[in-house]
Amino acid sequence: MKKTKDTSGTFEFSMKRLEEIVEKLETGSVSLDNAMELYEEGVNISKQCMNKLKQAELKLKKLSKDTDGNFELFDGTEE
Amino acid sequence: MAIVKTFTVSEITKRIKGVIESSFTNVSVQGEISNFKRHSSGHLYFTLKDEGAQLSAVMWRGRAGNMFFTPQDGMKVIAIGNITVYEVRGQYQIDVIQLQPLGIGELQLAFERLKQKLAAEGLFDVEHKKPLPEYPESIGIVTSPTGAAIQDILNILSRRFPAIELILYPVKVQGEGASSEIAEAIKDFNKFGKIDVMIIGRGGGSIEDLWAFNEEVVARAIYHSKIPIISAVGHEIDFTIADFVADLRAPTPSAAAELVVKHQFEIIENLRNFCYNINQEITNIITTNKDRISSLLTSYSFNRPIDLVRQYSQQVDELNRHLFQSASHSFSINQQRLDSFQKRIASINPTKVLERGYAIVYRDEKVIDRSNKLKTDEDINIKFHDGVTPAKVK
Repeated sequence: MKKTKDTSGTFEFSMKRLEEIVEKLETGSVSLDNAMELYEEGVNISKQCMNKLKQAELKLKKLSKDTDGNFELFDGTEE
Repeated sequence: MAIVKTFTVSEITKRIKGVIESSFTNVSVQGEISNFKRHSSGHLYFTLKDEGAQLSAVMWRGRAGNMFFTPQDGMKVIAIGNITVYEVRGQYQIDVIQLQPLGIGELQLAFERLKQKLAAEGLFDVEHKKPLPEYPESIGIVTSPTGAAIQDILNILSRRFPAIELILYPVKVQGEGASSEIAEAIKDFNKFGKIDVMIIGRGGGSIEDLWAFNEEVVARAIYHSKIPIISAVGHEIDFTIADFVADLRAPTPSAAAELVVKHQFEIIENLRNFCYNINQEITNIITTNKDRISSLLTSYSFNRPIDLVRQYSQQVDELNRHLFQSASHSFSINQQRLDSFQKRIASINPTKVLERGYAIVYRDEKVIDRSNKLKTDEDINIKFHDGVTPAKVK
């Protein structure tokens, strides 16, 4: 509940970063050292993304607001 | 004409009120709404009219909240209620208990009027539409917790892309108060903030069932949302005002679930492509670098030092040749000079003169070159070319 939105670990961020890496490698203007670093990073990110996809289960939560206007998230599908 | 009784204004009004109010309870009146006003107290005031007459109308707040639609000027309605007299102004009016559109045509007209008004205000402008996130991780859903929409969305999302947190904000999606609940939910999700995109919608139904999504309050909440919104109301053929304001219209809730995320197979395919591409690129880069190294090794500039060395050594060779030539030249000149010296030296050699018959007189190893230097009886030596002979002066 207290998590703040940190975009660096998100799927969106990872996929954008992968696109960036491919683009950088494609331009061919990176140094060999830099290219090797980018390559390693790219391989790691794609592994992480694959794992995320394979392990994930859809989570359903319900948002509700108390009388003070604070939000609370409840797990599950109970009605 | 005899005057029976004189009333005060209050008295006669009270009499009229009694007669009218007892005669016109629970009447149903058909007319067109004009001068519609929602007072800040929540009560509604308007006039019902037709070609020949008009009737003031009031609808108290508690009853006004029970409508599935918001009345508008020009809308033909059926008002059910009681005729009352407002004594202070001496006016009669209808106290509306229930208000309904005269027919579906009236709702369609209302829809068109609101659509035109909001379009003129720019609520549907393409420039205002927000892009949807490509890979949302948290999706907010504004719909009924018991409706078909949430089930459809859950089914499709769990199949397509399960790496998602789905947050449901339960609301009424039809009937009285639905539009304000939906609008409130949109505002609350914006305050809550931790979602990437929002789906608002419901399953199919009649135009009355879907009407909450045609209300101005919902349209404005969508417009002011900082979070991108997908509208998914009813079936493919159902268009609502919400659809026009939303950042994306999905024909159905199921379609919204398909539009909001990519299929995981597609993403896996994308990831594989990324891996393939970066493998390809890194191989290319390594090959290119190898090529660059070998081309460097054979390049003119890289070989310039060797070339210079060659040039210099050629120059040295040349210089050596020059040196040798000039040395040998000077040697031969000197040789000639030496030869001529030798000849000259030979020509002045005294021995040669002696060979011609001359002799040299010595006294004590000193050459005597004048006769008066000699005295009688002195011992001298006479040098001939073939030897020395001692002698005595007479």
